[in-house]
Amino acid sequence: MRVLSWAYLVALFAFILLPVVVLVVFSFQDGRLPVPPFRGATLKWYAEILSDRDLMAALGNSLLVALGSSTVALLLGFMAASGLARVALPGTLAMRALLIAPMTVSYLIIALGLLQMFNAAGVGPSLLTTGIGHVVINLPLCFSILYAAMGEHQKNAMRAARDLGAGEWQVLALVSAPMLAPALAAAFFLSVTFSWDEFIIAFLLTRFDVTLPVEIWSMLRSGLSPKTNAIGSLVFLVSVAITVTLEFTLFRKARK
Amino acid sequence: MGIEAIEKRQGAALVLPALLWTVAFFVLPFAAMVWISLGHLDGREMVPGPDLGNYLRIFTEPALSRGIWVSLQITLIVTVISVALAWPLAWIIATRVPPRWRRLALLLAVLPFWTSYVVRSYSWALVLGQKGVVMTALVGLGLLDAPVQIMATRAATVIGFVHFFVMLLTLTIYSNLVQLSPNYARAAEDLGASRFQVIRLVILPLTLPGVMTGAFLTFVLCIGDYITPQILGGNNELTLPQLIMLQLGRRGDYPMASALSVVLMALVTLAYAACARWLKMERV
Repeated sequence: MRVLSWAYLVALFAFILLPVVVLVVFSFQDGRLPVPPFRGATLKWYAEILSDRDLMAALGNSLLVALGSSTVALLLGFMAASGLARVALPGTLAMRALLIAPMTVSYLIIALGLLQMFNAAGVGPSLLTTGIGHVVINLPLCFSILYAAMGEHQKNAMRAARDLGAGEWQVLALVSAPMLAPALAAAFFLSVTFSWDEFIIAFLLTRFDVTLPVEIWSMLRSGLSPKTNAIGSLVFLVSVAITVTLEFTLFRKARK
Repeated sequence: MGIEAIEKRQGAALVLPALLWTVAFFVLPFAAMVWISLGHLDGREMVPGPDLGNYLRIFTEPALSRGIWVSLQITLIVTVISVALAWPLAWIIATRVPPRWRRLALLLAVLPFWTSYVVRSYSWALVLGQKGVVMTALVGLGLLDAPVQIMATRAATVIGFVHFFVMLLTLTIYSNLVQLSPNYARAAEDLGASRFQVIRLVILPLTLPGVMTGAFLTFVLCIGDYITPQILGGNNELTLPQLIMLQLGRRGDYPMASALSVVLMALVTLAYAACARWLKMERV
């Protein structure tokens, strides 16, 4: 039983980690194809992606869309959660259901709906329309995380602040937000991750300025290349580094 | 005006922007899509309906109806294999791995989450190709005489999907397992159950909520995904999302793409209805 368990663990880890290991190892391939045999290590593919203007522009666009759409989603989600957590409004349940609904719909369907609506309205695809789409997918996430984090305790503190004469925005900014800091950080971080990695909405709703996943997608059409490995590995290593940093700073403090 | 009335008004004012956003950019586009799906394409002109012609075609034209079957088959195969592989992994990490290594084991089990989604499918294309590491190793070890074609088949799509969903399901099942009190297993053992009986009759049923939540997520994400079947499966058999993209790209047939999306949406809703009793979605 014991031996069997360990064998299973090793086999599954091999399966899970195999593509990542292959991706990273062959990003150093000194040759034109990222397949065996390994011909020795070189950093030239990394140099090539760093000097590739389209790729770096796409990286900047992705960052812009991710940060922008996450900020809007967080703000809207925070306001909605504060509003709904505070008082029992008529139709609270229906409003919550409506706000969460986009979570259960495939991104492809959201993208197609938006594309047709923007077409009908004469709005061309751009980073802005992509950002709007990303807010649609991240708003339910931010809302539900923040709504779940608002307990009785939170409501009482907000009410106390209001009784002591704090204005509406003061309550939100000075009482609510600091109390919810860990949940706000988690919601923002998750939103950025989803937006950063999102493909189909960005694919259908951008045209000239594209995001990184769309740019990588168009690189794939020219076949396998260590260059694609290099950009993939770079994104992977940066993401791991950011996560580890957050884990050791922000979230560790929050957990205490 | 009483305090309560003021609070209600302010509460409503705070919810309003998010509601308006959702209506404008989710409900409205969806309604527009349903309306467009009831029209059809005449040459390059869109003729508004309402007619059910597109839906009739989806269920009668083999090229289209086959997409529904392909998608359903792949999704079901992927969901079953992923649960079967992830459950033992989650269980081993939760019970066999020493506590101090548990976080590390879990982190390793989901490490590829941090690769980008397009890149993950690309990596599998590298691994599974004719000249990829798997075939090279198998031929090198003498287990195969010549490389076998996996890329551009359903097997490649399934492997790529299973890889992602094993990670997802390991997380949901693990978080379910660690919440269980060890007393259930102890009680069963005291009453004479063998170790396999404990797992099969006690632990497994208790993890059903985690399994079903994960399985539902797998179903939804898998059936709506375009990237994995497109990169790994190729164009030999098309899934529903591939068909939708095909209508958009080659023909600009928005009405048909919309109708196929409505069918996709209906499949997800049916799956939700089937698992609803185990899902605690209303708690989120």
